[in-house]
Amino acid sequence: MIRVELWQLLRRPRTWITIAALNALPAVVAVLLALTDLGPRPGTGPPFLSAVLTDGTLFPLAALGLVLPLFLPVAVAVVGGDAVAGESQGGTLRYLLVRPVPRARLLVAKLVSVVAFVVLATLAVAVVGYVLGLLLLGDAPVTGTVSVSGSTLTPEQMYVRTAMTFVYVVLCMLGVAAIALFFSTLTESSVGAALGTIGLLIASTVLLGLDAAEPLEPYLMTRHWLAFVDLFRDPIRWGDVVDGTLTQLAYLVVFAGAAWANFATKDVAR
Amino acid sequence: MSEEPLVRTQALTKLYRGGVRAVDDVALEVRRGDVYGFLGANGSGKTTTIRMLLGLVRPTSGEVHLLGQPVPRAVDRVLTRVGALVEGPGGYAHLSGRANLQVLDAAGGGSLRRAARRRRTDEVLEHVGLDPGDRRPVRTYSLGMRQRLGLAAALFRRPELLVLDEPTNGLDPQGITEIRELLLALNREGTTVLLSSHLLAEVEQMSTRVGVLADGRLVLQDDLAELHAPTGRVRLRTPDPDRAVALLAGRVEHRDGDVLLVRSPDAAALNAELVGAGIPVAELGPERRSLEQVVLAATGAAREAS
Repeated sequence: MIRVELWQLLRRPRTWITIAALNALPAVVAVLLALTDLGPRPGTGPPFLSAVLTDGTLFPLAALGLVLPLFLPVAVAVVGGDAVAGESQGGTLRYLLVRPVPRARLLVAKLVSVVAFVVLATLAVAVVGYVLGLLLLGDAPVTGTVSVSGSTLTPEQMYVRTAMTFVYVVLCMLGVAAIALFFSTLTESSVGAALGTIGLLIASTVLLGLDAAEPLEPYLMTRHWLAFVDLFRDPIRWGDVVDGTLTQLAYLVVFAGAAWANFATKDVAR
Repeated sequence: MSEEPLVRTQALTKLYRGGVRAVDDVALEVRRGDVYGFLGANGSGKTTTIRMLLGLVRPTSGEVHLLGQPVPRAVDRVLTRVGALVEGPGGYAHLSGRANLQVLDAAGGGSLRRAARRRRTDEVLEHVGLDPGDRRPVRTYSLGMRQRLGLAAALFRRPELLVLDEPTNGLDPQGITEIRELLLALNREGTTVLLSSHLLAEVEQMSTRVGVLADGRLVLQDDLAELHAPTGRVRLRTPDPDRAVALLAGRVEHRDGDVLLVRSPDAAALNAELVGAGIPVAELGPERRSLEQVVLAATGAAREAS
């Protein structure tokens, strides 16, 4: 079932259209920066965007920073929300279940396929970002890349930290994926499931900006998303990255569990 | 001791929110080799019952045994030997019919190897009257073609038991005949068939056994031969009904012009008696009820009782 799900993911045009759309924003930003040379002042704007004008190799990180707060989670919510509800809508869920595909295996396959989509989409943004940076914004300074703390990072350090960033961004999306999957087992409408997930994301972002919600802050899903910037301090500041990872794993466990609790005995009436 | 039935439910009940009893105390029994016609008006609970048989819907109470195994507990084990078409076909709209069958086969346990799967796909598509070479996506299929594809999926793994919910929905008369022939051929080869329908004539033509659901209750379940058996009355048409009534005093149960219904176990003896008395006989034969009459009577009786 997992193999079939992955194959279906790759074969579906929607997957590739979503990934293309995801790369549109970083591409536009890269072109604008290259044409105007007007970056945000250091310390303002999206992470790394002020640095890419002098160092194009940082653009994958800037691209991830651009899509992480909104576009990537929306894409994950859409794909995750469709996972079970889409089968239900198309009338294929009941045929999979009587095939028979055990419900646990079906749900695991769906989760794996959503995670595969997250990896694929994140990788695409990073690779396209790298190519764009190289083509439009130019090479790293010969002196090496300057870290957020001002010191210089060797190319090896940069590779390792970029890889860590990639892993962290994927981790950040696991919570979203699990929530979308949970909503997807609740409803027969994939749009409804996606919108429910996006609603939670927006609520989380709004609460982050509210002083009165401070006690909730450590538990909010979006709280630590941009902490990957800390990976480029010298030395690396782990606190928020570790907290963020733990938060995402907690969301994953809770919502994947809830999805199973609901789906295991759900009446499939469509 | 007789063999365990392939489908057996006991006191099967499903309550939906708001207290609607969609299925109420149903005891189905489908034996090996049956073509079981499961009749009922739309909304009588047929589909919910079938979904419970297949483990898609959990019963509120009661038991389901499919091929001798409890459902839903053992459903994933037992469904490998069952093919099903549930309330209309479903498919991945962007894939062809072929690809749909192959995805479905690959998704479950015990799937075929690639070459064998391709062969079986060709075979089963041809079986249900679809062109194995057709690469168009299912999105472009007519309802009848989708129905055939659903049947192909149900037949794919040569199941012992076919559970078909309204299998001829959306088919034209020619298609209905084809599918009927196909199912009867499979039945002759040993496949047990449970098919639901709201069309009496369809069930009457195919089934060996009939169950009738009305408002969620099983109001009738019997072999078709039993239902068609003589009622113990003889239908007599004569040009001289008055003399016949006089001769058969007390045995005439009903008179409608020149047609009499006479209580008599033996039509031949009655004929001899009439002819012996010099009463002309235009038509004479044992009364048999049509399935429609039986079903209406059973449904009506159940309505009055409730």
